[in-house]
Amino acid sequence: MHLKTTLTGLLAATMLAGAGSAQAETLRLLTWGSYAPDELVQKFEEEYPDIDVEVTFSNNEEMIAKLRATGGAGFDLAQPSHDRIYAAQLEYDIYKPMDLSKIDTSVMEAKLLEGVKANTTIEGEVYAVPHQWGTSGLMADKTKAPDLSSWADLCDPAYKGKTSMRLKRTILLGTAFSMGEDPFAAYSDLEKYQGILDKVADKLIECKDNIKAYWKGGDDLSAMMLSGEIVASETWDSTAYKLYDQNQNIVFVPPKEGALAWIDTFALPRKGKADDAAYKWINFVLRPENVTIMSGSTGAIAAVKGGTDLLPEDKKAAVNAAFTAADIDNLKFFANIPPGVEDMEGKTLEKIKAATGG
Amino acid sequence: MMQNKDIKRLSLILLFSPFALWILLLIILPHIGMVLLSFREKVAPRVYEYSFANYLDFINEPIYWNTLLRTGSMSLLVTALALLIGFPIAYYIAKIAGPRARGGLFLLCLIPLWVSDLIRSFGWILLLRETGVISNFLLWTGLIGEPVEFLYNDIAVIIGLVYTVILFMIVPLVSTLDGMDNSMIEAGYNLGGNGFTVLRRIIIPYAMPGIVAGCIVTFMLTAGSYLTPVLLGGKNSSWFTEQIYNQFITRFNWEGGAAFGMLLLLFTSVVIWLGLKLSGQTLANTVAKS
Repeated sequence: MHLKTTLTGLLAATMLAGAGSAQAETLRLLTWGSYAPDELVQKFEEEYPDIDVEVTFSNNEEMIAKLRATGGAGFDLAQPSHDRIYAAQLEYDIYKPMDLSKIDTSVMEAKLLEGVKANTTIEGEVYAVPHQWGTSGLMADKTKAPDLSSWADLCDPAYKGKTSMRLKRTILLGTAFSMGEDPFAAYSDLEKYQGILDKVADKLIECKDNIKAYWKGGDDLSAMMLSGEIVASETWDSTAYKLYDQNQNIVFVPPKEGALAWIDTFALPRKGKADDAAYKWINFVLRPENVTIMSGSTGAIAAVKGGTDLLPEDKKAAVNAAFTAADIDNLKFFANIPPGVEDMEGKTLEKIKAATGG
Repeated sequence: MMQNKDIKRLSLILLFSPFALWILLLIILPHIGMVLLSFREKVAPRVYEYSFANYLDFINEPIYWNTLLRTGSMSLLVTALALLIGFPIAYYIAKIAGPRARGGLFLLCLIPLWVSDLIRSFGWILLLRETGVISNFLLWTGLIGEPVEFLYNDIAVIIGLVYTVILFMIVPLVSTLDGMDNSMIEAGYNLGGNGFTVLRRIIIPYAMPGIVAGCIVTFMLTAGSYLTPVLLGGKNSSWFTEQIYNQFITRFNWEGGAAFGMLLLLFTSVVIWLGLKLSGQTLANTVAKS
């Protein structure tokens, strides 16, 4: 008897709570830190008073893990990188196709839009559109490491104990390029790719002695670089631009093998409940005046026409100090990760981390 | 009369049900899920089969069991250090300090817990890094000629972990020592024992329930910690929880991660069982007694 009344009470309470939240629509964003600056969220909520924006900060791997855990529920708009859509969708079915007619694709940089579409089309349906792009490359204090130009220079004994890298797939790919391999081309032949990974692992294990510590996030990398504990590192360009603001000697260096370029996208989780609000957010942040605010916060370049011109002045200066037109032509865009590659790369990373030699 | 019995039964159910629900919904069910998950093997996208592949993976790859053994032995070291440092503190608080100082001292031990794990680790980073407080201080005193890096090695991890878990050693020790009658120590001295004999034959046996409880809690907390080893550890220091995280998040291999999780649980349980056996203690007359 008691149990029954409690249950009824609980049910009633849940229904009340459900009814309460249905009044205003909620847009649940799953995105990168700094990809939803307060200023923009407020502006958006003023323009659409019936939409509440809820932001969860994450990264590529955790976004996929979160969506996988719920089969694509819990969020209405996610922003994984362009190479994290295809295999994740094939394996876990976590996204739903986009209705491109609801997005103002005419403002997007055509090359990036086509690139993302080509990477994320499954059975004729497009699963993502581009938002911002940037690169991974090197960063150096040019007074102390003026000659740094290649991924392999991080292992140069001249900088012993003074370099850093993040032990993730970027450095595997960069090192492979610096050894004259083309890892992206080898994606179609996983046996060959394993061969490349083994060589890369040997090289990076040998290099361990040269590394001060592996950085884990933008904050510890910044602290090591600004304090002068390290003079060069593998980095995201946006982190390097932020440091350039504080110390003009710290510059982003696109490696001569080509900086690795990523595009963060917009994708709809399969069980998202506020598609219209999601489309509104996409179109909202693509407007030129909002692009500048967004880029000011993220340090990345918007995938719209003239995206570089829309950067805030300080970021524009940092980009111009880092890139020449030739560097831009030399960009290597991350290729789609086929199923299974993450596992191979993960195992290689574990091997490097566990190795004590070198 | 009948009614009274009903009320008793109802209050028992009401008191017990939050605990039962917690155990069932948050501990037992998820672990059953993990066990089932750990016996699955991915054979193709969206296709799974039942097999022991994940456990075989662990056995065949030295990296994994080396990391587990390393985590286990370092956790034991942290537990021993926490006991060694925590015991005198607990003894002072329970037996030597006056009643007013006791509250203050206890509070001092508690304060670090008011700050999150992450912030405490960052505190250690500020102290230990090459351009940090300790290195700069030593430079200033002239003891060292150039900055020294104290961070990013196993010693930093151990310091950070001892600092994090020591409270969980002190609290049970204080509460058992508190219940000890001072006259027992006096009697020991009166019968001709010196400080060491009194400690070995009277205090430690009396404090055993607290020692066992403290050791079990600190060992489990240490072996299962993630933030401190990851933030303070160097390029060679892998911790087993990091392997579990990698399996789940970086490699998208939930099956492998689940198997590793079960192995960690099994391993720590075996270590504790061995510890109890070797020290001749049982849960019933130590932890349950206190």
